[in-house]
Amino acid sequence: MKIEKYLRNITFWHMMIGILSLATGVTFGLFQVLARAGIYKYGSFTYGTKIYYQGLTLHGVLNAIVFTTFFIVGFLYIVTEVSLKRKLNRGLVHLSFWTMVVGTLLAAWAILTNKATVLYTFYPPLQAHPAFYIGATLLIVGSWIAILNTVITHLKWRNENPGKLTPPPMVAVHATYAVWFLATIGVAVEVLFFLIPWSLGLVKSINPELARTLFWWFGHPLVYFWLLPAYLSWYFLLPRIAGGKLYSEPMARVVFLMFILFSLPVGTHHQFSDPGISSTWKAVQAFLTFMVAVPSLLTAFNLAASLEYAGRVRGGNGLFGWIKKLPWGDYRFAGMIGPMIVFIFGGISGIVNASYNVNQVVHNTSWIPGHFHLTVGTASAMTFLTLSYILMEKLFGKRPWSKKLATWHAYLWVVGVLIFSWGMMQLGRAGIPRRTHLGLSPYMNLEEKILMGISAVGGVLMFTSFLIYFINFLATVFKKPDVANVEEVDLEFTDAYHRENENLPRYLDNFTIWIAIAVFLLIVTYGPIFYDVFRSTYAVPNAFSPFNPLNLIK
Amino acid sequence: MKWDFIDEYEAWAFKISLGLVLVFFVAVIGIAVLKGIDVPTCVTDFKPFDKGELVQIGPREYQLKLLARMWSFQPNEVVIPVGSKVTIYTTSLDVQHGFEIEGKAVNLMTIPGAVNKAEIVFNRPGEYRFVCNEFCGIGHQSMYGVIKVLPEAEYEKWKQEHGM
Repeated sequence: MKIEKYLRNITFWHMMIGILSLATGVTFGLFQVLARAGIYKYGSFTYGTKIYYQGLTLHGVLNAIVFTTFFIVGFLYIVTEVSLKRKLNRGLVHLSFWTMVVGTLLAAWAILTNKATVLYTFYPPLQAHPAFYIGATLLIVGSWIAILNTVITHLKWRNENPGKLTPPPMVAVHATYAVWFLATIGVAVEVLFFLIPWSLGLVKSINPELARTLFWWFGHPLVYFWLLPAYLSWYFLLPRIAGGKLYSEPMARVVFLMFILFSLPVGTHHQFSDPGISSTWKAVQAFLTFMVAVPSLLTAFNLAASLEYAGRVRGGNGLFGWIKKLPWGDYRFAGMIGPMIVFIFGGISGIVNASYNVNQVVHNTSWIPGHFHLTVGTASAMTFLTLSYILMEKLFGKRPWSKKLATWHAYLWVVGVLIFSWGMMQLGRAGIPRRTHLGLSPYMNLEEKILMGISAVGGVLMFTSFLIYFINFLATVFKKPDVANVEEVDLEFTDAYHRENENLPRYLDNFTIWIAIAVFLLIVTYGPIFYDVFRSTYAVPNAFSPFNPLNLIK
Repeated sequence: MKWDFIDEYEAWAFKISLGLVLVFFVAVIGIAVLKGIDVPTCVTDFKPFDKGELVQIGPREYQLKLLARMWSFQPNEVVIPVGSKVTIYTTSLDVQHGFEIEGKAVNLMTIPGAVNKAEIVFNRPGEYRFVCNEFCGIGHQSMYGVIKVLPEAEYEKWKQEHGM
């Protein structure tokens, strides 16, 4: 597929803004592990604490929202054009990009001037500057424009290709965007109807429990927005990189459709400890959260089978002999198998979080950051970094400046994140809270301080790994192309061992049905939850700066 | 379930995954019901309060009204005899806080405009640290307290010393 220069360039800038955000966020991450372990102090007590939580806000917002959203939107543009062989609307691509940029700048200004140190969950009554909420809204609206563009392009493709099945990578794109769109409705309602009027002083009261419930309507499906593009790469790029084929295409499709169904009605598993929601409906959403583990278990089967196939094609024998034959030294393989292996532990710890009353042991403890650095922090983030190398090669003909460094960055990250998360999870089991400047906490005992030190070792390794990546990536950006004048872009999607054929039931290619069922599940499960919230919680005339215990509302 | 568009192994992978998840879920909910270890539910019969205190409501039965505010708990030290059953009600005066007791299945969001509730029995003497586990501003890391569970004799002595 010939990809126009403007799209290649703007995809580069999506990527670059994401990676620069990540670089900033990761740097604060390093200071955080060091500060928590008591190794590094940020100057005076007040200044230090302010900057710790400001850094934590940056770490969360830049890594988890800005980096991911920009990177995913850019990457999915390329997947859309390549798999549909059809052009996106150029005007909408620009409109989406600039809306996202303006939103990011507004929010970044508010955080950098310490007017929005509310962490990335921005729970009221902690109040941020209106620019923070407006900026976040614009970032989301910008991504909605990208969704609109993708949907229009796909509908046009449908008209031109009657009877043809949507290409499997495009199914993944749709799943990602369906989940993102339905999820962001929750946070959009929270921000537009409650937080913005309240932060502007137009209304005085806010119901914190209602805001939480709307936030988590968005907050958990968000993780599948991060994860599904990584799955897309593991399904449709990795098997070919490994030298084989995807084991089953129809199963991949079923998996992505299941994510549309079960990614959404699950947010309440972040609220097992909340008042105002009856335990019955918490259990219902716990069940649906378990259901969303099913497509991931199927993914484990399908990808393991694909890799086994590749290993055997490469001459591997015996029950496990094929593993040795896989191309462990290939930076693209390393950069995807690493996150996949780490994600096994991420998934298992996620099941723990979803396990209803078991969650009481880990809720809001260090266990949680231990968990999500294995998932979004590795499974998604590292796969995206690997994709950044692949995109530089495919779009601009620039192979990595050093393939060796690209391989080693991946393995170093895996070692680092496993040490970091192990330490954090042990701390969590001991009841040590998350999002806390523990270096200054009066209640840490010696054993806990040692664990903090161990997780800091992991954190330093992770930072070193990122630094290697960052230098290597910049060197790749600035080097001369290995292939001049790239126009044709082939992402080299994998072939399948079991291909989709005419037996495939048509309802598996009708996204409207699946989205409609997802909306139905959302209404059925969230209806009673909002009813509970309304009958048992109140709006309060509160607004607080994180730096002052006096109410801003007189 | 007959799906002719996937093969036998894929269908098995599907059934095993689904079965595994169902077994886990039934186990978790089964334990919750049988052992009575449940998550907090919707409280409608207790209004938000603005004073934290420990009230004895029966022999070895206490009601703990726990108030969170930036950046302390009221009360931040609770002394009870071993074997006490404590019903905890908690709310916040300002922003969102958390309330988590070390080594116990008590982990409550403490939210202004809402009351959260947990019941817990302390069968072993010891000092149980509780901490705020939701970011609540720059004093968050020092927001903690302790529940001292004393053996019977020591508790009687403590009561006399404190004129209770």
